[in-house]
Amino acid sequence: MISLNEVAISFHNVCYEIDHLSILNNINGEFYKGKITTLVGPSGAGKSTLLKMCNGLLSPTTGDILIENKPVHFYEPTTLRKSVGIALQSAPIIRGTVFHNLSLPYTLQHKSLLESDAISFLEDVGLDHTFLQRQAEDLSGGQKQKVSIARSLLNRPKILLLDEITSALDPTSVYEIEQLILNINQKFGVTIIWITHNIEQAKRIGHYTWIMMEGQLLETGESKILSSSTNGKIQQFVSGVQQ
Amino acid sequence: MTYTTLSLTLIFVLIPLLLSKTLKLNLEKDTVIATIRSIIQLLAVGYVLKFVFDSEHIIYILLMITLMIGTATLNARKKGKAIKGITWKVAFTLIVIEVITQGILLGFHIVPATAQYIIPISGMLIGNSMVLSILFLNRFTAEIEASRDEMELILSLGGTPKQAIHTQLTNAIRASMIPTIESQKTIGLVQLPGMMSGQIIGGADPVQAVQFQLLIIFALLTTAAISSILIGFLSYPTLFNERMQIIKNSISQ
Repeated sequence: MISLNEVAISFHNVCYEIDHLSILNNINGEFYKGKITTLVGPSGAGKSTLLKMCNGLLSPTTGDILIENKPVHFYEPTTLRKSVGIALQSAPIIRGTVFHNLSLPYTLQHKSLLESDAISFLEDVGLDHTFLQRQAEDLSGGQKQKVSIARSLLNRPKILLLDEITSALDPTSVYEIEQLILNINQKFGVTIIWITHNIEQAKRIGHYTWIMMEGQLLETGESKILSSSTNGKIQQFVSGVQQ
Repeated sequence: MTYTTLSLTLIFVLIPLLLSKTLKLNLEKDTVIATIRSIIQLLAVGYVLKFVFDSEHIIYILLMITLMIGTATLNARKKGKAIKGITWKVAFTLIVIEVITQGILLGFHIVPATAQYIIPISGMLIGNSMVLSILFLNRFTAEIEASRDEMELILSLGGTPKQAIHTQLTNAIRASMIPTIESQKTIGLVQLPGMMSGQIIGGADPVQAVQFQLLIIFALLTTAAISSILIGFLSYPTLFNERMQIIKNSISQ
């Protein structure tokens, strides 16, 4: 039995509609503190929408989301977003150097980032100090993603949301990012919610998994359910992805 | 100039009509409509102005300015339909511009407080402000659509809507002001401004015409700055809700 203290985010009858079109339908469940939970499911399942709700970029049409047992609207949006970081698939980069990009969270708070701190964060994501003055736009996809993750970490979030951050990367970069996330989870105890289309990755990395389809949460549990589920839709999805 | 002489200037309309027909540009209908509209509108406004100038009544002056602001607002708002309350934002901007510019011109007795000065100057400034508002709204919506990811990134890192939209806002303000500033750099060298040319043709002293033109040029700089900055700062908050989220469809044209 999991106690309330161990829940990072909980969903209570969460629905989301756009122009009367249902995107999420009656989502109930929890993400656990200090654990890695993967969200898997086909495109259009509502995974990214769910993730953006955890960060306050979207709000549910009906239902409640609790972050550390407090309703999401209890938090100031800027405070919530610093505490619940997000890294997106596109790893948006602003024009300028890697240092300029890393400084962004501090600049937004009218603070200055020390070069030594920037180097430390870069090293945490496996990039050395020589990257600091490089133009961010010239980096490879994997390097941009690492900078994006380092940038999210600068706010020292308790929860980190990852939206398909490895889907466009080569196998080496995928491995490096996975190790990086595992390290962040173990070293800093950051709760990780990770959307992935890669079933093997979900099994490899996730303690828990949520399987979503057509705006509904079909099944949750330890990542082994991806292999052992008796739900026909899930079996069909997993075998389809793996082929 | 007599109406017979004026009718001869229709040759300038026949030339583009013939070229359009020859090259199959399919612009004949629009050219004819534009010509007829300009004749009717300008003649009508000529008679209206004659009446207003003769009467010199403040109510007629205010009515003329209201008509100008109303028409300019309806024209400019089309480019910012997606922005909530854009009609009132544009109208408010134009009113502010009119109040500031006329306040300075009349307050410091730079021009006499007569319809003959107030109405043409208002027309030029409101017209310029309308064009600037259209330029700004065009650029602003395009900037936002092109950089939605960047805006979302800033919000996701704990930035405020103002921080999220700062680059797009300043880019759009700069882009809409640059044509006014650039055209003033070459004024008199490349083109003689319409108002100055009109005065000179009408027999005015060229130096006097230049002085009035300079007045307009300086006022246009204020118009350019206030139009884009005011519309920008009035518009951007409507793109976000109270939870600092981008409102869906708020920025599509």
